[in-house]
Amino acid sequence: MSDEIRLIEVKEDILADNTEMAKKLQEDLRKEKTFLLNLMASPGAGKTSLVIQTIRKLKEKLAIGVMEADIDSMVDAEKVAKEGVPAIQIRTGGFCHMDATMVKTGLDAMDIKNLDLVILENVGNLVCPAEFDTGAIKNAMILSVPEGDDKPLKYPLMFTVCHAMVINKIDYLGLSDFDVQKCKDHVLKLNPDIKIFEVSCRTGEGIDEWVEWLYDEVKTL
Amino acid sequence: MHELPVINSILKVVLKHAVDNNVKKVMAVHLQVGELSDLEDKWMQQYFDHLAKGGIAEGAKLKIERTPVVMKCTECGHSYVADLKKDKKLMCPECGSGKNTLVSGREYFIKNLEAI
Repeated sequence: MSDEIRLIEVKEDILADNTEMAKKLQEDLRKEKTFLLNLMASPGAGKTSLVIQTIRKLKEKLAIGVMEADIDSMVDAEKVAKEGVPAIQIRTGGFCHMDATMVKTGLDAMDIKNLDLVILENVGNLVCPAEFDTGAIKNAMILSVPEGDDKPLKYPLMFTVCHAMVINKIDYLGLSDFDVQKCKDHVLKLNPDIKIFEVSCRTGEGIDEWVEWLYDEVKTL
Repeated sequence: MHELPVINSILKVVLKHAVDNNVKKVMAVHLQVGELSDLEDKWMQQYFDHLAKGGIAEGAKLKIERTPVVMKCTECGHSYVADLKKDKKLMCPECGSGKNTLVSGREYFIKNLEAI
């Protein structure tokens, strides 16, 4: 054969495998009646704090498990386990997001038959986790006041894929030029169906509304 | 931020098709990358060069074409191209509804390979 350049048709989407796996995982979760919440945010936005507040409000009503994903360390799972719920830590070993296969491995290590709600605390960043379906029933993200109200403009995909958004650290509003209405306007332009909650994990303000939404979602699965 | 896993997946697909087609050397990879991807062409190429070293795809050029964000109106079913980076309310040009779902714009689609 000569060394002529040939054109070889490929037509493959590299995310297709993950999307397929995520779909399958979601079907399994619906069958088991286990609600998987994929919680995303920047580092320090308050993911673990919100998880802990949520557990405290709901652990009498729902059987909850937590999957903590971090590039390294066990600190989050240890904190959550102190609240008396099963928690596993997934070390992604440098990966900046969780994909459906990793989530499946985590769920297989948990007794999901006996859990109503599993919260996946995704790796802290607003970019990569938004690109990979995890199989979660619902996606939620936290934006904290110190991060600024312009984040929906910088990371539109994150705000597009989420069903709920929690604006955390509202107790800092007086110290910041964060404009809640402006932020909400940006987000609603991208995603008119998103539910927005204003909370402070530190003072407990607004947590009830968030928990009520989550509880209703779990119950209607 | 996640160049490594993304490029690794692309390379795996490229090598699979190259082997299936008895290719001696991959010269170029035609990719369609959604506008919602934050990956820059220059860095994608650098990661590819690094990962492909020593194999039949070493030195292959990534020819990247950006594909637009397409939304589908949940009210009337019309599909339309959207610019999410502009701070403008997304509205269906047909019926004016703001309710929509994302159809495409986040893909990493490998169209074809140029190879000898």
